[in-house]
This record gives sequence, C-alpha cells and structure tokens, in this order.
Amino acid sequence: MKNHIDERRVISVIVMNESSVLSRITSLFAARGYNIESLTVAPIPNSDMSHITIATKGSSRLMEQVTKQLHKLIPVYKVIEHEEMVEKEMVLAKFPIAENLADISVLSAAYNGGVVNVGEEMIIVMVADEPKRIKHFIEASQRYNPCEVVRGGVVAIER
Amino acid sequence: MGQMSGAQMICEALIAEGVTTVFGYPGGAIMHVYDEIYKQNGFEHILNRHEQAAVHAADGYARATGEVGVAMVTSGPGFTNAVTGIATAYTDSTPMVVISGQVPRSLIGTDGFQEIDAVGISRPCTKHNFLVHSLKELPRVLKEAFYIARSGRPGPVLVDIPKDITVDIGEFNYPDSVDIPTYKPTYKGNKRQIEKAVEAIKSAKKPLLYLGGGIVLSNASELVREFANKTQIPAVETLMARGVMGADNPLLLGMLGMHGNYASNMAMSETDLVISLGARFDDRVTGKLSEFAKYADIIHVDIDAANIGKLVDVDYPIVGDVTEVLKAMLPQLNGVDTARYKSWRDVLNHYNELHPQSYIDSDEVIKPQWAIERIGELVGKDAIITSDVGQHQMWAAQHYPFDRPRQWINSGGLGTMGFGFPAAIGAKRACPDKIVINITGDGSILMNMQELVTASEYKIPVINVILNNHFLGMVRQWQTFFYEKRYSETDLSFQPNFKALAQSCGGIGYDVSTKEEFDEALKDAIKQDRVCFMNVQTNRFEDVLPMVPSGGALFNMMLPETTKGDE
Ligand SMILES: Cc1ncc(C[n+]2csc(CCOP(=O)(O)OP(=O)(O)O)c2C)c(N)n1
Ligand SMILES: [Mg+2]
Repeated sequence: MKNHIDERRVISVIVMNESSVLSRITSLFAARGYNIESLTVAPIPNSDMSHITIATKGSSRLMEQVTKQLHKLIPVYKVIEHEEMVEKEMVLAKFPIAENLADISVLSAAYNGGVVNVGEEMIIVMVADEPKRIKHFIEASQRYNPCEVVRGGVVAIER
Repeated sequence: MGQMSGAQMICEALIAEGVTTVFGYPGGAIMHVYDEIYKQNGFEHILNRHEQAAVHAADGYARATGEVGVAMVTSGPGFTNAVTGIATAYTDSTPMVVISGQVPRSLIGTDGFQEIDAVGISRPCTKHNFLVHSLKELPRVLKEAFYIARSGRPGPVLVDIPKDITVDIGEFNYPDSVDIPTYKPTYKGNKRQIEKAVEAIKSAKKPLLYLGGGIVLSNASELVREFANKTQIPAVETLMARGVMGADNPLLLGMLGMHGNYASNMAMSETDLVISLGARFDDRVTGKLSEFAKYADIIHVDIDAANIGKLVDVDYPIVGDVTEVLKAMLPQLNGVDTARYKSWRDVLNHYNELHPQSYIDSDEVIKPQWAIERIGELVGKDAIITSDVGQHQMWAAQHYPFDRPRQWINSGGLGTMGFGFPAAIGAKRACPDKIVINITGDGSILMNMQELVTASEYKIPVINVILNNHFLGMVRQWQTFFYEKRYSETDLSFQPNFKALAQSCGGIGYDVSTKEEFDEALKDAIKQDRVCFMNVQTNRFEDVLPMVPSGGALFNMMLPETTKGDE
C-alpha cells in the first residue's frame, strides 16, 4: 500500500554540468508545489556531472512523482531516493569571545566539530553531524548567545 | 561543409532535418537568419501575421503529419507572443522546434532592447530548451533539439540564439547522430509486466480499452484496431484520440469524460479492467477520482513514466511506446476467448441504445450539432477538422464521424482559443489535397483572425465554419448551470460583419442561417481556392450534453432531454 503520510526524505540527483540545470530543478519543485527543505550542489570529481542533494517532505506517492518528474528533465542522469543512507550536515556558528569558550569547545566536539577560528571579539566553531543532531547542537548552543549560525544543507550517500 | 555563418548553419540544419515549411515572423534579433532564408530555397517560409499563429500553424502542420513542426520568432515580444503556442504544443505533446532570436551575448543580462529571458519563461512549457552559448555548439544543439522534440514523449523544444552567434563564421559539421547520456527514452515495455497484463485481460470479465492521444502520436491506431478486433473488447476514446477506432467501428462506444456519452462513461464506471493506452487520466476525463473506474484494475501503458501512478493507482504499469507494447501483446492474445466479454458488450450496447448521443433538431434554426453532422455527411472521411475551444469544439468531438487518426486537430490539454484557424493553415500546407475545415466559435475566431491575411496571401484555402451563438457559449453554459444565469461578460451580441471581414482580407464570406444556405455555402466553399468564413447563425442557448459537472462522478451525467427517463 502506498504511504500517504508526509515524511522527511532525501534524494540525490546526478546531473550534467550546465548553467541552467539548477534552475530547471528548482523551478520544477516550485511549479509543482513540492517543497525544498535544503539543497546542496557540487561537481563530482573527474566527471562532467554534479551531485545535488535535496531534502524535502512528502508522501511516498508524491516522492514517486518528484523522482519521475526530475528524471524527465533532459540533463538529469540519475535520481536516487535515499533509504539506507549516511546523512551529514555542516554548520558554522559564531559566538562572542566573552562567552564560556571551554563549554563551547566541548559542545562542538560533542557534535563532531571544534573551534575553527578565534578573533579578537568572536570565536567560530564548525560541526558536522546528522541533521537531527545539528538541530540539537543549535538548540544547545543558544545559551552561549551565538551571533550567527549558518547551516550548510544536507549531503547524503547511500550505504 | 565548410565555413559559414551561424544563420547559414541554421538554414542548413533545417534542410538536413527534412524541414520543408517554416512558420514565422522576423525582427531585429533574428534578421541575419531571415537574410539567409531569403537566399536559400531548401524550404518555404510562411509569414503568419502573429507569432502565436505561427506556432499554432507549425503545431497543426506537425499534428497532421507526425513530423516536427518548425516556427521562428524574434526576441522579446516575438518570443512572448509565441509562448501560448508553445504551451499549447507542450500540453498536447506536439513535436516542435521553435527558434528564437536573442540579443547579442554582450547584451544578455543588461535589460537590452527586446531582451527577455526566453529559456526562463519557457522552461515550464517546453520539453527542453537551449540558450546557445557559442557558434561551436550550434550544430549539435540544433541536432539535439530535433531529436528531443520527436523522440520519447514528443514535445516542443526552444532554441534561443543570440544575434552575434548568427553572424559569426565557423566550420559547419552537422552531426549524424545524437548521444545524450542523460536522455534515453524507453520504447519497449517490460516483458514480464506485459505478460501479467495479458493474463489480466484474459481473466477479466468486463475489460475496457481507454484510448488516448498517445496512440495518435505513436501512429499505433492500426495496432489498436487489431487489438480490439482480436479481443472484441469495447473501447472509449478521449478527446485527443478521436479517429483512432473509426466512427463506424462497432466496438467504439464513443468519447468519455465531462462531455462523454452515456455508454462510455458508464463503461468506465462499471469495467473491471481498464486498458489505458497513451492516455493520462486528465481531470476532464476522470471526473471525481475516487469514483473513477472504482471496480477496475488498471493497466497503464505510457511512454512517460511520470504519467503512470500520477493520479490513480495502477496495477499493471508498463512504461513504453504504445506501438512496441501492442506488438508484444498481440501474439500473446492469439485464441483469446472473445465470447467471454459478450454479455459485457451487450450491456454497453444497450446503454448506447438507451441514451445515444442525441439532440433535438429544429426546422427554424440551425442547431450546431446538425451543422457538424452535415459537414460530416458532405465531406466526411476526407477532411481534416481543426477546432477552437468551447461548445463548438465539444460538439465537433461528439458528432463528427472521425474515421482516422490525425483527422481531428484540437487544443485538448491547454484549451487555447485561437488555435483552430492557424492550425488549419498548417494542416492544409502539410496536406494540400485534403479539405481542411476549422470548426470555430464567434469568440475564438477573433483571437487569430489576422490569419485571414496569411491564408489569402499564400492561397491556403481553409474553411472556417463559425458556429455563431453570439456568446462565449461554453462559459455561458456554466453560467446557466452554476451561476444562476448571470451572464457576466459572455454576451457577444456586438459582432463584426464576418462576411465583410473575410472579404476585406481577400477571402470569401458566407452568411448562413438556414439549412439550405448551409449546404449551398459549404459546397461552394469546398470548390474555392480561397480562405472562407461561413458565418452560421445557430440557436443561442444550446447546451453541450451529456455533462458531468466539474468534480462529479462520471456516472452522474446531465443528459439531453431526448433521452431522459432512466431505466
Ligand atoms: C485564450 C482563452 N481564453 C479564454 C478561454 C476560456 N473559454 C473557454 S471556452 C470560451 C468561450 C468560447 O466562445 P466561442 O469561441 O464563441 O465558442 P462557443 O463556446 O460559443 O462555441 C472561453 C472564453 C480559453 N479557453 N482560451
Ligand atoms: Mg460562441
């Protein structure tokens, strides 16, 4: 039976490198009313293809449509609907130097990261972890009054 | 082939693709190409009087022949005028290449004069589009454009070419073949799925062939007739599939959907196995989805995988070309027990006797349905019929005796008023020996009436039968049924003098208000070598029936008075 419950899903789209390919994909999502939670893109080493990772939400029927519609786009080579995946997201966060630096450092280490830059007024940490844990990290970091948090979007690879 | 300009390359590529007719309209950004068109004689160019009409004409040309239609327009407003035509072709999967001029590369992104983002605008209404970045890639892009347009599920492809590239000189090598690693359409259906579908057919009691426009695109009508004949399974056609079975085919129940006939819609509601061939379960066909084919398993054959499972759950999905899939299925159906479906056929034939496609004729006034049947009697099997959008379109689909595929050309998916006349021009250019008649309305015809000039100049004698109800009739019908007869902005009592209008552009006009005049005018028009307007006064308040109100279940039809009194 088809699943009609909205669930978070991650798909990888392998595309030919050409200037308009990203806009083809995003306008397809916009035109058909599919939502994009996050999107990352980078070239695949030693090829003329790029890897796009899209996190989205929807029922399995909707995902089937998304996948098929993406596949119809001429420059799309492959669409992978991830089931058994390793999924990571990176985040950079900036804190005032006056905060408890030891705590911040321990916190980021607990989430697979550490301090990447220290300036006169600010300290910057980077963590990379599963999206769910990234959310926890951001929540936990609130008590140190971060002035800026930048999330990188999800990348995934099938196990 | 040596050194040449980009503009020359475009002409050479068109010739290499076998293009004989280009429909278009010049302007600044495409002038170099037009300069080369002037010098060559490999193809003819028809100057339509509006870019939308040029694209519809290319569309009509393509639908009449199955070949790729070609239209050419300039940048900015030339392109935006073409968009409706491109979108029309897209929703009905017409193979088409549209070449548009673009401002020179140095001006792109500067809001230059007549610069508009053509690839951006056309992305959702083309199968694919290209902005050409260099002269070097131009031949490959043109080759790919034609290949993409005609392969797989066909569709329009836009090639947007900056002006400076048409001036640049370079080596022309037109590729012989295309290799796009990311684009490999599936033609052959999955063998196991086909076997399973055949088993389902053999064990069904009330199977039904649900025939769509994909059959026409795939040139599979003969195979479909063979399939029906061999199995004796009854068939219903969508608006886009009229002509596939042939009007006289005893297995054809008629058209289904919002204005389908009683037997067809009941067949869909009662069948236990839908065999969908090249149809896509459009909402105008299915009515309320939860009630659609409620008791049936569904076999869905479609070349576009995205159509399968999009709206209804499918039990036997088969991705492939209808032609290929039927070729694989037919031998497996040898010796199929045709008697098995007899009682089912009897039920459906009884439905057709109970509620045939009917209307109340009149001696005082011309009924639109009568006019269409009369055209059928007078020109019948030979003519190509195009239509615009509205009541006249539905009556044509219901009442014309379509006999073969590609005989019926209409804007089914987008429903574009103004399509019929230019499409008729394209179809007539493609098939000069056929009578081409556009069945149109007093609203629609005005949306591309400038084509009177095109048709006159190029001596393209198409006949426009204007079923004149002095209304935007289809909208008026909805207002009658669903808006308590508040006829907001649908009264077209103020009319042009259609006869004089045709005459002023070099055509012939007829004013028709009796059946005798109708016969006389049509017989005369057929003999003329000029474009004609037949302004036919019909009764104003005729409704298209049966009708399934939007969103209702297919079996809940409003029926014509002639057949009321349910069993
Ligand atoms: C370009 C466009 N604008 C508006 C519509 C909406 N529309 C559908 S049918 C119709 C009325 C058409 O009137 P007419 O051509 O006289 O045909 P009739 O229904 O009277 O036979 C309208 C306005 C449309 N389909 N296309
Ligand atoms: Mg009208």
